[in-house]
Amino acid sequence: MSQAAIYSINGPVVKVKNITGFSMLEMVFVGNNKLMGEVISISKEFTTIQVYESTTGLKPGEPVYSSGSPVSVTLGPGIIKNIYDGIQRPLISISEKEGVFISAGSDVEPLDKKIKWEVSFIVKLGDHVQFGDIFGTIQETPLIEHRLMIPKGIAGIVVEIQKDGFYTIDQVLLRVKDTSDVIHELTMTQRWPIKKPRPVSKRLPMSIPLVSGQRIIDTVFPIAKGGTAAVPGGFGTGKTMMQHQFAKWCDADIIVYVGCGERGNEMTQVLEEMTELIDPKSNRPLMDRTVLIANTSNMPVAAREASIYTGITMAEYYRDMGYHVALMADSTSRWAEALREISGRLEEMPAEEGFPAYLPSRISQFYERAGYMETINHRVGSVTIIGAVSPQGADFSEPVTQNTKRFVRCFWALDKQLAYARHYAAINWNLSYSEYIGDLSKWYNKNVDIRFLKNRQEMMAILAEETKLMEIVKLIGSDVLPDDQKLIIEISKVIRVGFLQQNAFHKEDTYVPLQKQLRMMDVILYLNKKSSEILRDGKTFSLVAKTSLFEKVTKMKYDVPNDQLEKFDDYFKLIDTELGQIR
Amino acid sequence: MNLQYIGLEEVNGPLIFLDNVENVGYEEMVEIQMKDGELRHGRVVQIDGRKAAIQVFEGTQSMSLSNMKIKFTGKPMEIGLSTEVLGRTFNGSGDPIDGLGPIFVDAYYDINGTPLNPVARVYPRNYINTGISSIDALTTLIRGQKLPIFSGSGMPHNELAVQIVKQSKISESEGSQFCVVFAAMGVKNDVADYFKRSFEEAGVMDKVVMYINVSNDPIIERLLTPRCALSAAEYLAFKHNMHVLVILTDITSYCEALREFSSSKGEIPGRKGYPGYLYSDLASMYERAGIVNNSKGSVTQIPILSMPNDDITHPVPDLTGYITEGQIVLDRDLFQLGIYPPIGILPSLSRLMKDGIGAGYTRADHQDLTNQLYASYAKVQDARSLASVIGEDELSPTDKTYIEFGDLFEERFLSQGIDTNRSIEETLNLGWSLLSLLPKQELDRTDDALLDQFYDNKAAMVFFNIIDKPIIKEIGSIKEV
Repeated sequence: MSQAAIYSINGPVVKVKNITGFSMLEMVFVGNNKLMGEVISISKEFTTIQVYESTTGLKPGEPVYSSGSPVSVTLGPGIIKNIYDGIQRPLISISEKEGVFISAGSDVEPLDKKIKWEVSFIVKLGDHVQFGDIFGTIQETPLIEHRLMIPKGIAGIVVEIQKDGFYTIDQVLLRVKDTSDVIHELTMTQRWPIKKPRPVSKRLPMSIPLVSGQRIIDTVFPIAKGGTAAVPGGFGTGKTMMQHQFAKWCDADIIVYVGCGERGNEMTQVLEEMTELIDPKSNRPLMDRTVLIANTSNMPVAAREASIYTGITMAEYYRDMGYHVALMADSTSRWAEALREISGRLEEMPAEEGFPAYLPSRISQFYERAGYMETINHRVGSVTIIGAVSPQGADFSEPVTQNTKRFVRCFWALDKQLAYARHYAAINWNLSYSEYIGDLSKWYNKNVDIRFLKNRQEMMAILAEETKLMEIVKLIGSDVLPDDQKLIIEISKVIRVGFLQQNAFHKEDTYVPLQKQLRMMDVILYLNKKSSEILRDGKTFSLVAKTSLFEKVTKMKYDVPNDQLEKFDDYFKLIDTELGQIR
Repeated sequence: MNLQYIGLEEVNGPLIFLDNVENVGYEEMVEIQMKDGELRHGRVVQIDGRKAAIQVFEGTQSMSLSNMKIKFTGKPMEIGLSTEVLGRTFNGSGDPIDGLGPIFVDAYYDINGTPLNPVARVYPRNYINTGISSIDALTTLIRGQKLPIFSGSGMPHNELAVQIVKQSKISESEGSQFCVVFAAMGVKNDVADYFKRSFEEAGVMDKVVMYINVSNDPIIERLLTPRCALSAAEYLAFKHNMHVLVILTDITSYCEALREFSSSKGEIPGRKGYPGYLYSDLASMYERAGIVNNSKGSVTQIPILSMPNDDITHPVPDLTGYITEGQIVLDRDLFQLGIYPPIGILPSLSRLMKDGIGAGYTRADHQDLTNQLYASYAKVQDARSLASVIGEDELSPTDKTYIEFGDLFEERFLSQGIDTNRSIEETLNLGWSLLSLLPKQELDRTDDALLDQFYDNKAAMVFFNIIDKPIIKEIGSIKEV
């Protein structure tokens, strides 16, 4: 195809003059080092390219090579357990090849070509196959069976097929003859453009929660499988901790963790933890179901923009195999800032705070790729997106937070005050919401208990009441409140400290099954009910407060192990005896 | 490559523009020979066809469109390094200014550095004992961490940084040496001198490398200062296995230089006029801290920044907080109470401490103690704001003990002399003594077993010499809410 030369260079933006052979979003290779880039605008005079790597040392006049296809990822076995940069270069292979630093123009294959995978075929000679059909399987990790699918644009009759056995990713496994008698050779891999969503048969209603073992999420603001959530919060409020907790404990089949413009040490930590932590359900390291995409803040900014799309395309690929995939993006603000930086270099007219006017549409395009789907091969799979947002100055009115809020249905607002008091997860229950409660109520009623949502409702009402009372307490202190209101303040404290607050470093508390969450609510509400009965009998609240009940109930999250829920019965007895003594 | 160019198109702020140049690379270094013999340096920052924009490090004063010769060197900005840099002083672009002549060069480093591969990093776990209670107990500094000090004009951030350097017992037993790389960006001459004098007094000057760009030096050089310093740090740490502590001061001046440079380039400004890429630019410095798997050394960064108007939401502290692994925030109220170091612990945080403390590092009870101190001190703030409305006398007994606890916490725990070096044992025990002043049932963040071990109300009251205070006497019996 056409070859061109560099005309101008400004940071990651490179322009080519008087060549019209490029197409929009095409992948190109820039300069003698063949740095990867993408065409982002075309005019008669100039073609503008954003380069995904450092442009230091690039000179005008160096060649620009066209690839003829949009920026794509290679999909195939070997993705799971890997750690990639934003443009799907495997970081482990790079470090083996180049040492501790990443240099520009590193040319490493995304998937290992030497590994021989054991393939079992499920189609036979003469079968008719089309896009998305599964023709074979590979045990990619002990947890994940990789299902090989027919790539897009191929449909026809299988005219040649290998025997079950060991193959590398480059070997031809299948030959398919289409209606115009053209023979297509299929290997294990396929390429897919990262900015194009993979098609599905249809969207299905969301009705199953993504269970994370985090009480404030599962009970108070649940997210559905296939749903979208945003976690906004200033620095130090625990966004990354929340993402980590989700990546570790949520009941998705596959986790895609995108570290977008964040700290290098955090990615190292995720990698270490995921390799060490054992999934209780399968007794395998959590890494066996995880893909990491690390584009740390000091890596080139254009690749940061790509990393989000690379991640979601991989997630969709596994969804099409019939898996429930959860994608964590930390942080989408850095991605938006990358957009802003490129936009500034292009001298586009800025909208709010220098962000380009197309920010909202880019954000919505990203979140719309989530969903609970019937896939093209008529399986059921889902992609759930949890995006962290880092608002400047913790001000939620800034453009990225506001635009994200419009396109997600779960909003977990992190609160500085709670974080200062080391109340984690620092989700502010007054500012946050989940629109999935209605969709999920059936599931909770059937799979947990009919009491679950009722308890939740009751608890939220108490907290709302407390918020109102706190206005008064702030002015005149809690001493002057009537006894029933003192009880509300005290029960709310139990709810806040004993239930909402969760210790990610505590062996029992880091993950809490739904049944335990239910029983904890039962105990707290029972304590509330019995205490208010006592007050109605004319006893003073100080008598109730003198018992050790509030203290004990607050600590039950540590004292009752996750597998000995019968211990909760003791709490009901304890409440009855201790309060009975007051009478 | 040896072509010399004469004559400019345009001079604008720190930038000069040249036309009809050939074969010039992006970010290539440029040498500018002035008519009076002075040699200046610059860097290509934009190429548009045959036109190139060059930033001049030493400033463009006395430049005209025709009074100089310009030579392109064909390589990006590099700095020559060897272990001889220890004990030496350089300017912002890495030239010696201590009159001791050039150094012998062992290796040339590109000052922009290259991103560290996350898989080659080692997660930092070893804590640095600074001997300062509020840091050791509550925002523990970990080797390989980047932990900035957020301060304001007039507050003792320099004293704190010097104290950390003096007291940091980075163990040399592991066969690794300790050294300090100090970069001054746009600080006052006195400040640079203060650091130099303090290092000399502490007898560590032969282990310090200084890169100095004071406030009246050219701003472009200021943009290079931290990069030269970090290149030196990486060289010493990853090539010579040294534990390097990098002090960068003042980041706000650096960002202002960047803003000035950006606006003279005619770029679209973001928040408060700072360029939209401020985050990426800061990250390219801060991310150069860490430990890698093929070296025993480490780079620990303590950047110091003064928050304009003490505003933590200002873009510089805000973006810094998003990149660094926590922050130590100095509080003006505490400072005015005469407390040193005036560390406002509630907004302060060390993200890496959770993995670098506890059994095997500091002591098993450390994490619980930290959580409880934070939680209790947060309640002190509530009690104080209530007291400011209804008066201290009207407070409930529990709130009164919180106020007492808060005052003692600030006077006895936060406050320590500039030369006081507390051991970690001492610090943790002091923390437990303070917590023992509170009613036991208020301590809801700790394990009961730890309470049994450390909670001793009577001893604490004796320790703090407040056994006679009537309010405190009630503590043991308080059950009321």
